[in-house]
Amino acid sequence: MTWGRVSVGEMPYLGSEETVKELKRALSNPNVQSDRLRYRNVILRVIRFMTQGLDMSPLFMEMVKAGASVDIVQKKLVYLYMCTYAKLKPDLTLLAINTLRKDCADPNPMVRGLALRNMCNLRMPGITEYIQQPVLTGLRDKASYVRRVAVLGCAKMRNLQPDAEIDGTVVNELYGLLRDPDPVVMVNCLRALEEILKAEGGVVINKPIAHHLLNRLKDLDAWGQSETLGFLLRYRPRDDTELFDILNLLDGHLQGGDSAVTAATLRLFLQLASGHPTVQADALVRARGPLLATCTASSRELRFTGLCHVQRVLRSLPAQFSPDYKKFFCSYSEPGYIKFRKMEILVELVNDDNVVLVLEELQAYCTDVSPELAQAAIFAVGRIGRTYSERGLAILTGLLGLRQEHITSAVVQTFRDLVWLCPQSTACVCQAIAGCEEIIQDSDGKQALIWLLGMHGDQISGAPYILEDYIDSLKTELSTLVKLELLTAMTRLFLSRPAETQDMLGRLLHFCIEEETDMCVRDRALFYHRLLRCGVEETRQVLGGPKSDPSLGLIAGRPEEPINNWAAHFNTLEPVSSSGSVVAGIGCDGAALPTLGGSDGTTHSAANCTLAVQEASEDLCSGLPEEATSFSLTLGPALTPEAFEKLWLELETFQTVSLPCSEPSSQPETLQAALQLVQIQALAFSRPGSVPWKAYLYAHGSETIILAELLCGPGSDEDRLLVTVKQEPRDEKVQRGFLSVLETVLQTLVSDAT
Amino acid sequence: MISQVFILSSKGDHLIYKDFRGEATTDAINVFYQMVTALPGDQPPVVMTREGLHFIHIRQGGLYCVATTTTNASPFTIIEFLNRLAALIKDYCGSLSEKSVRMNFALIYEMLDEMLDYGYIQTTSTDILKNFIQTEAVSSKPFSLFDLSNVGLFGAETQQSRVTPSASASRPIMSSRGDQGGKNEIFVDVVERLTVVIGANGVLMKVDIQGEIKVKCYLPTCSEMRIGLNEEFSVGKSQQRGYGAAVRVDECNFHQAVRLDEFDSYRILKICPSQGEQTVMQYQLCDDLPSAPPFQLFPTVERDKSDRLLIYLKLRCDLPPKSAAINVSVTVPIPKGSLSMSQELSSPDQRAELQPSSKAVHWEISRFPGGAQLSALFKLEVPGLSAASLLEVGPVSMSFELPKHTCTGLQIRFLRLTPVQPNPSPRWVRYVTHSDSYTIRI
Repeated sequence: MTWGRVSVGEMPYLGSEETVKELKRALSNPNVQSDRLRYRNVILRVIRFMTQGLDMSPLFMEMVKAGASVDIVQKKLVYLYMCTYAKLKPDLTLLAINTLRKDCADPNPMVRGLALRNMCNLRMPGITEYIQQPVLTGLRDKASYVRRVAVLGCAKMRNLQPDAEIDGTVVNELYGLLRDPDPVVMVNCLRALEEILKAEGGVVINKPIAHHLLNRLKDLDAWGQSETLGFLLRYRPRDDTELFDILNLLDGHLQGGDSAVTAATLRLFLQLASGHPTVQADALVRARGPLLATCTASSRELRFTGLCHVQRVLRSLPAQFSPDYKKFFCSYSEPGYIKFRKMEILVELVNDDNVVLVLEELQAYCTDVSPELAQAAIFAVGRIGRTYSERGLAILTGLLGLRQEHITSAVVQTFRDLVWLCPQSTACVCQAIAGCEEIIQDSDGKQALIWLLGMHGDQISGAPYILEDYIDSLKTELSTLVKLELLTAMTRLFLSRPAETQDMLGRLLHFCIEEETDMCVRDRALFYHRLLRCGVEETRQVLGGPKSDPSLGLIAGRPEEPINNWAAHFNTLEPVSSSGSVVAGIGCDGAALPTLGGSDGTTHSAANCTLAVQEASEDLCSGLPEEATSFSLTLGPALTPEAFEKLWLELETFQTVSLPCSEPSSQPETLQAALQLVQIQALAFSRPGSVPWKAYLYAHGSETIILAELLCGPGSDEDRLLVTVKQEPRDEKVQRGFLSVLETVLQTLVSDAT
Repeated sequence: MISQVFILSSKGDHLIYKDFRGEATTDAINVFYQMVTALPGDQPPVVMTREGLHFIHIRQGGLYCVATTTTNASPFTIIEFLNRLAALIKDYCGSLSEKSVRMNFALIYEMLDEMLDYGYIQTTSTDILKNFIQTEAVSSKPFSLFDLSNVGLFGAETQQSRVTPSASASRPIMSSRGDQGGKNEIFVDVVERLTVVIGANGVLMKVDIQGEIKVKCYLPTCSEMRIGLNEEFSVGKSQQRGYGAAVRVDECNFHQAVRLDEFDSYRILKICPSQGEQTVMQYQLCDDLPSAPPFQLFPTVERDKSDRLLIYLKLRCDLPPKSAAINVSVTVPIPKGSLSMSQELSSPDQRAELQPSSKAVHWEISRFPGGAQLSALFKLEVPGLSAASLLEVGPVSMSFELPKHTCTGLQIRFLRLTPVQPNPSPRWVRYVTHSDSYTIRI
């Protein structure tokens, strides 16, 4: 056992052998033994050395003897020592068993409990035969302190010999002790039964037990309450009358002072009322106060946990905390991880009433001394700007005036996302980005700027010359992504402003093909070179995708998730630990949005994409089932995103099925191309790997139109895809055919990827 | 269910380690320390997972208090438990620090042994624990006359105008058995944390007060205590009481043990405090401050002819004349390129310095009486000063302490122990407001 470094002041410069010898002498000195205080002090020194990492196991014999004292403090210290070294000295430990067993019959209940607890803690092979009898006696002890220990002793005993058969009498006795007058004994019984019956699914909560537990809740302390509420999660009330009786009994605990109890009650509420969304929503409304109180608790860790859980609630009830938005303003003394969470929450709960003040607050964070925090704040302003674009743009353009590297970079990245999602902001952005090229140094910012220059170069007079500067300094550019982005942007700009850019595009392609060592860049350059040789019109067809996609912002915006999606994980470690990288959470969201048609600099070259699709198509055509080919789907007429959204909202869900395939891991382009082969048009995708992953598809067939939404996680299983189908007019056969085609495509793609 | 509990110093020294279930090895301590120190800047460190073992920790007093678990337990429960453990160590050992933990390791082991069995929380109540805990605490801070030097930090006007040194409340609850003077004291603290944002135009944008009433009791057994609050005290927006200026809070909640039968009519809390510290009542108030915020700032930022940046700050303390703020510190962020600074302060007891690392000017005032006004002029040398640099100045943040002052106006009218005891034990009421976050935009 190692205990790490020890401060010099406390450790004498003696070899541990010397120390052990000296202690051994002292422990066996009759004069010391007769003086209670001196004896205890020597033992304290042993424990201190043990804590510091010295091996004190040679003293085992002497310590066992010291354990046979009447002094309880001394006993406790010796037991601590024995539990630490029992594994190393199993034979000597057996010597101590007798003392311990004798203590188990001591008239003082504290001594009995102490001995029993530590005897069960010894954790060495063969100990069970010695502890069985004292544990069983302990279950019937008249002191509750001993019964508490004995009940958990049953669980310890069970885990020491996991292969042995379960002792039915012990289990029955434990179920009987659920009615023990001592509340801790009752909770311990639940815990022990849970461990003993682990293989059978844990302790059984039937109706009498459930109601007994509910009635005893008020006798328990906060710890017992939250744990018992956890056990009640597995109880299912028979009917609604019983359900509402239970909810009434629990009601008081929802607004109690203790955060752990509130959270456990809320979880139970949500679970029990899973069939009654209004009851769930009502419980969340009433737990609002206590949840907010944890978000402002003085303990940072508690505050963080509260914030994580508030985020869950916001997924389903975005308006729930909107009036309390000021509670989520950051205070400057808070650590970064809390500030990031608060910003995420502020973005979620913004509405017409508070948008002015929320933006004003976020604006203040944009100039924070921490660059990460400032950038996160800028991204947050950008996210709000998708809905309130004028206000957002005013703040963002104002920030450019600071001419700070990290701020400008983040603003330009936000601009890129805004332009893609809100085309009305294009003119303003094009005006604002002049001069940014001198300030931006990081590759993320450069990529965003280059994309903007290429995409909207026709509105930015200086675009060719800014890009020319990048071409001239290409030799010193390290980032592959920036180079790829530059190639796409330059080719695209060539289409709109050929006279100014022809010469520099030639230089760029020449450099990338002749001198560039990165194969990705070289391939992309070759691809554009060949494409341009095919003709300008062909190039325009490949590169001239849409310049924006406002539908994405709306569809992927804020779907209100059913409460049951996250209720099962409420008050567990999941909301707290699945946080991942919070900076990325805010920052990349915009950039993560899928960009179909607008190849905005993914490493995935278009050439690779077409190749993959060709391979996939062969598999697909051979793999389609009979039924699927007996009807026909057609692509046209094309549906605009707006029309799709309108239709989607109008139509009722025809069918929701869960397909046994996971989220396709392939690139969006591949997926889109594969779907087009079977005449299904994809309108929008989430980025691969995002959670939840979503896609919106449509197809025409036999004079009907089918709309579909694919959804993968959270809440649903990893390897299943939830498909919601809407159709007008309804046609069972076409719809079945559509689903089977879809399933085949997805499965082929998944198997291809693996 | 908790697998292990350990306490580490900030340097990673193992101070306490107790394994409850034998599921994980002692190596977990080192794994934890490596993970927590390797975290990049702003990652949330609260819950970490490695190979199926979850580490949940809190940081208090420069120590890491860690619990590990293999189950998907309730984070609220575990964090509350660790907070409670820290509070109990504070109660029993007088303070929570590396030194006090080192000196009282035997006591802490004994406590853990009673609090957790097989990783399940048994009890954390001082009343029950004190029956089982036999080791006496070693106080890391012996009483010293020097502690009396900071008299005046907290007032105590309950019955006499005697003052108690603040250090007397940070001693172990159990260390002194027997009847020596000054042992059986009761402290009632009203502590408020103030969060304020003041806009550039001087308008209050956000006010938030988190307050609590804490009782720290050294009496081994205490009969019922009655705490009388202001009679005008009202909860919620609509309720109004009494004739004087109302003392209003938005929400308040009470400790489980508080009996509220006389709260509605007389604003009296009844409680039998157990030994140690407990929070009796928590309350919140936002958006509506009964008096002016304690500080107003009048800043002027401009550039002079020789291209220096001039920051002129006038700071006014709006507390009543009898009160004063202490340990006031004002932080002004300044442009990145700032090289040096010259300063003119209005009185000699202030200090100001340029901190190049955080790109900020710190202005410190040790004592700031109510009604007073102080000013400071900072001249900054900033090469390449541009109009944009001016935007980098601000927002100003302040931290301070307001002894003997509550921003809500909450007061304790009386403290009474019933039945009246033959030797009345000293009772102290202390008020203090801390600035949680006080930001003034420029």
